[in-house]
Amino acid sequence: MEDAMQFAPSENPALATYSPEVRQQLFRFVLQLADTSLILGHRLSEWCGHGPILEQDLAMANIALDLLGETRSLYQYAAELEGQGRTEDDLAYLRSATEYRNPLLVEQPNGDFADTVVRQFLFDNFHYHFLKQLVNNADERLAAIAEKSLKEATYHLKWSSEWVIRLGDGTEESHRRVEKSIAELWRFSGELTIPTALEKELQTIGLIPEYADIQASMTAHAERVMEEASLVIPQQVFMLTGGKDGRHTEHLGYILTELQYMQRTYPGMTW
Amino acid sequence: MKHDALIQTVIMTQSEWPLWEVFIRSKQGLDHKHVGSLHAADAQMAIQNARDVYTRRQEGISIWVVESKHVHASNPDDAEAFFDPANDKVYRHPTFYQVPDSIKHM
Repeated sequence: MEDAMQFAPSENPALATYSPEVRQQLFRFVLQLADTSLILGHRLSEWCGHGPILEQDLAMANIALDLLGETRSLYQYAAELEGQGRTEDDLAYLRSATEYRNPLLVEQPNGDFADTVVRQFLFDNFHYHFLKQLVNNADERLAAIAEKSLKEATYHLKWSSEWVIRLGDGTEESHRRVEKSIAELWRFSGELTIPTALEKELQTIGLIPEYADIQASMTAHAERVMEEASLVIPQQVFMLTGGKDGRHTEHLGYILTELQYMQRTYPGMTW
Repeated sequence: MKHDALIQTVIMTQSEWPLWEVFIRSKQGLDHKHVGSLHAADAQMAIQNARDVYTRRQEGISIWVVESKHVHASNPDDAEAFFDPANDKVYRHPTFYQVPDSIKHM
């Protein structure tokens, strides 16, 4: 938890220049990014102690911690943008499932190792290319958070890409399993780059990257990995959306029940 | 399928991947030091596993891995013949020279 970057509130001069409306929009978007990293990080943390081998157990815990570090920086910034006195803990622990704005992909269950690898691969491919754009963002605070997270995301994408290749190009069983995971999870990948109304507005005023700009490099990377893995990219998949607007699959409620249990049961509790 | 043979081996040995010895260089100019061992299916995975297991707390800037079966060790039974004869040969240490004060880091 010490990983999270600490910023003095005065460090972002842009904050004062945003209109209340833009500030509110940016708050909602930063919250969406924070929710996304938190939920995926939590999912990965569920592997802790259950990994297929010790080394991969640690690898997944490391990725979970990277995501949690990013989460904290984002929630802290969101809390500042909102300016209503809520803290990062309030935002993480005291919002209901319908208030969460993560895309559906990251809340999907861990399943078997192949499911986790494919979920991670689909997210990392987006995360990495998105952060690469975000480091040049007009909002300096977001750019700074992106710069730190990009190094981590680079490794995450390397990890998940290699595992997709190993499983796809491995044994009959590993190939069959990863193929099944792809068939199951691919339909959640589109939501990552289909802009919501909020995202469109922020893209129009140039405050967040255009997803169209990163789509080509995402597709190129996915094609390269899938080909090396002897796997086929599913075509004409109907993409499920809604998470970024608060309409979630059944899984999120269960995640939050566990994640928020302590704060809900013992409000204001600290370690 | 290039990973096939390797993964088959893994299955045959009941999911035990080969053992690798890990060497980490903690900073520029220092030697790689042996830090421990881990299991991995191949060298690439061994390096990534080493990164995750042994450099999480900023321990290193460079990693070497060597499959443990390639490390050949001296036999402990030979220790007397190997190492004891050096005990009384102080003249092999360059301690009989005057080092000028201006020479640092000796």
